[in-house]
Amino acid sequence: MLGRTLREVSAALKQGHITPTELCQKCLSIIKKTKFLNAYITVSEEVALKQAEESEKRYKKGHSLGDLDGIPIAVKDNFSTSGIETTCASNMLRGYVPPYNATVVQKLLDQGALLMGKTNLDEFAMGALGSDTGGSTRNPAAHCGLVGLKPSYGLVSRHGLIPLVNSMDVPGILTRCVDDAAIVLGVLAGHDPKDSTTIQDPVKPFVLPSLTDVSKLCIGIPKEYLTPELSSEVRSLWSKAANLFESEGAKVIEVSLPHTSYSIVCYHVLCTSEVASNMARFDGLEYGHRCDIDVSTEAMYAATRREGFNDVVRGRILSGNFFLLKENYENYFVKAQKVRRLIANDFVTVFNSGVDVLLTPTTLSEAVPYTEFIKEDNRTRSAQDDIFTQAANMAGLPAVSVPMALSNQGLPIGLQFIGRAFCDQELLTIARWFEKQVQFPVIQLQELMDDCSSVFENEKLASVSLKQ
Amino acid sequence: MAAPMLRLCCPGRRWALACIDGCSRHRRGAPNGCTSSRKRGQSSVAQQPFITAQKPRKGEHEWAAVVGLEIHAQISSKSKLFSGSQVHFAAPPNSLVSFFDASLPGTLPVLNRRCVEAAVMTGLALNCRINKKSLFDRKHYFYADLPAGYQITQQRLPIAVNGSLVYSFCAGKNRSQVINKTARVKQIQLEQDSGKSLHDDLRSQTLIDLNRAGVGLLEVVLEPDMSCGEEAATAVRELQLILQALGTSQANMADYEIQRQINELENGGEILNETRSFDSKLGCTIPMRDKEGKQDYRFMPEPNLPPLLLYDTESLPAGADPQQVIDIDRIREQLPELPSVTREKLVQQYGMLPEHSFTLLNEVGLLEFFQNVMKETRAEPKKVTSWVLNTLLGFLKQQNLAVSESPVTPSALAELLNLLDRKAISSSAAKQVFEELWRNEGKTPAQIVSEKKLELMQDQEALEQLCHAVMEGHPQVVMDVKKGNPRAINKLIGLVRKATLSRADPTVIKEILEKKLAS
Repeated sequence: MLGRTLREVSAALKQGHITPTELCQKCLSIIKKTKFLNAYITVSEEVALKQAEESEKRYKKGHSLGDLDGIPIAVKDNFSTSGIETTCASNMLRGYVPPYNATVVQKLLDQGALLMGKTNLDEFAMGALGSDTGGSTRNPAAHCGLVGLKPSYGLVSRHGLIPLVNSMDVPGILTRCVDDAAIVLGVLAGHDPKDSTTIQDPVKPFVLPSLTDVSKLCIGIPKEYLTPELSSEVRSLWSKAANLFESEGAKVIEVSLPHTSYSIVCYHVLCTSEVASNMARFDGLEYGHRCDIDVSTEAMYAATRREGFNDVVRGRILSGNFFLLKENYENYFVKAQKVRRLIANDFVTVFNSGVDVLLTPTTLSEAVPYTEFIKEDNRTRSAQDDIFTQAANMAGLPAVSVPMALSNQGLPIGLQFIGRAFCDQELLTIARWFEKQVQFPVIQLQELMDDCSSVFENEKLASVSLKQ
Repeated sequence: MAAPMLRLCCPGRRWALACIDGCSRHRRGAPNGCTSSRKRGQSSVAQQPFITAQKPRKGEHEWAAVVGLEIHAQISSKSKLFSGSQVHFAAPPNSLVSFFDASLPGTLPVLNRRCVEAAVMTGLALNCRINKKSLFDRKHYFYADLPAGYQITQQRLPIAVNGSLVYSFCAGKNRSQVINKTARVKQIQLEQDSGKSLHDDLRSQTLIDLNRAGVGLLEVVLEPDMSCGEEAATAVRELQLILQALGTSQANMADYEIQRQINELENGGEILNETRSFDSKLGCTIPMRDKEGKQDYRFMPEPNLPPLLLYDTESLPAGADPQQVIDIDRIREQLPELPSVTREKLVQQYGMLPEHSFTLLNEVGLLEFFQNVMKETRAEPKKVTSWVLNTLLGFLKQQNLAVSESPVTPSALAELLNLLDRKAISSSAAKQVFEELWRNEGKTPAQIVSEKKLELMQDQEALEQLCHAVMEGHPQVVMDVKKGNPRAINKLIGLVRKATLSRADPTVIKEILEKKLAS
């Protein structure tokens, strides 16, 4: 049951094959068994069970709220959840319990979804594994064999999403299949009066048509994305995907996004500048961590922020403030915005020339082992991991990572589709066609757990090896 | 408790002084360390090089001050500029604070329509160009009353620019000469107010009240066109009247500050580059915070607010939701009457002197009082004006009362003036009645007149008889009159008046006496 699609589970719930409470308890049990992975910062067991109870009542009466009623969901810990601790994985917000729900959280709850808990992230989402500001919904999706969708900027409300970069952040959706992502997007999309950057136009419902004929499609392959750092496996899968489209009648052409090479640096300047600004509110006064020093307000600020933020966060704040200084503003911030405009225009040009979607890798390679990962510093690592994904954030375009195949090591590899602004439905339609073609072996967690039960029992061993 | 809603901020920054008698030795420029990303006004005085910073001796040179001002007016609106929390005064601390005001992570600003309209109205009233597109920025600094660590303001492209404020100066010996002056309005911008910090020195702590954090402000920047403190004060007063007429802000003015700085400079003191706030209890300004010489605010565009787009009838998109758009032309059509127009109408309609129209508008509630009296009386406008501006206002000032606290109501004064008008009482009797009314014992003018027997004698014959009697009784005085002593007749008048218990009109008495004396 846990490996099924949303629709399948929803159908099962409607037919009474399984109850929301049973489903909930199964999830909770796996969460407990995999605790050593540290995937959850907060598990909201009581809340979830209560929600399950209510969902069950609705199903019994035949009044289910929709496809998401009774479905267990997890929300990254940088979304504000009323009454449930929200930390952004930072000391600064340890113990902070928000008094309101993020709009996207509220929408999911209104549909009857069960909130299992708040998931882990890099502190304030400043690592490779973060919210989708630079790719960190698509990135982990690719590494874990999931579908990771970043909707168009302005389609989904950011109210309640603790911001990293306001002009690039988008709530991202992680699901097992494209169809599920479309269902969730359908629930989340739409104007929010509380978020002035959401579009006012009414949103069409996200029912994905079945695409059988791709002969009218034009797929663009950006040549600048063929970098030397790209692993041969990913390169070959990318080729294979292009060929797949071509063999089915689609037009596959090479395109150019000439400003790609400036993208990372430009992103870095804008990201750190906005971060410096967004982190200014964490001063220990109104909420969150406050140090013990009370000699003066300034001393309190300094100590609170030193204790509350890790090195990565502090480094970015300092960089960002540097770029925002009067003497640097024109040369760095404004310049980066101008380059950003050029990058966005690259995409406009390509899409205006008849291309429907772009097909690119999501990551440079399969997931790198932890010991390898920690060798590079955060900035280098982020730069590498975000290389294919952050341009879509800069341009506000919708992008989705779809798992394609397992590597030789047995680890998932995904590919990315980038679409036109607000053409999320078309993007997902094409992605779903692709998904159907490649038939990626979705992970069967139960089997895995049964096979590796010894590993799971021996938690200590597992956690030691992770710390190396 | 009225909170100060109109604050002069940092006037010291915009001072430049020049020695007007041509001597350049002791020129003092703007205070040190004052840098701002804003371009200074183009006054040639402000740009002249500073030579020395020696303190001038008192009275040694005449200083011509050049004053520019930044005025912050709190917008009269139900809710704050970017959040839905209410705007009230004297509410319990931290009771009007939304999640956004408290800077809870994840909250976003949503622009208040009423505040934008207030800005447009004010811009139009000050002859500004309304920018159809304006932008919002973040201005960063750390302070306990600024929860987000930045203020949202309009630094790059404000909502209105290049306007003018016309104000009138009453000069001349009797202050009867009305001179029109203009101060250029550089710009008007929308921005957030900060919270309040209260320093508790006893317990070495600072208490923060965020009720005011996020309230909408209009910052009006005036170029250094005013040449003395009094001019500046007049200009600000006129701005205040305009804002009140528009309803965009109520304002408690801090005109204390300008005079204070002039005094300081004349006494050789230095003006610190600082922001001061008006303490309405103490009646003076106090230092607010020390703005360091070089404060880099790291301005950055506010990414959560798209550009503010305004329309006029021409550019209004077809089928636009009226709730979602602002039409500048419509706002212009609906602008209330401005003070200058009101004054002009008073002069035209009632024939009053221009300086009287100023006084009527300058005193809070006085115009309304005047108009209410006019509604209920047949007396001549000039008479009403005189009674309101001289008698009523005089009494109020003596006891330091506001018009709203006047024990004499417009109706009562109107009744009194009606009695005077139909000559039921003399003017001196009227003054007496007024004094009685002031005592506020609940009596009407008619009752007072009756009680004190102040009615003028209507019986002509009786009066003539009294005159005759007085003349008979004082032959010596009659002699003096006939001899040609001009003051003697006054004595007779006085005697007759006494005899009538002041119930006769002296003018009438005089007429009768003269007639008798002549015969």
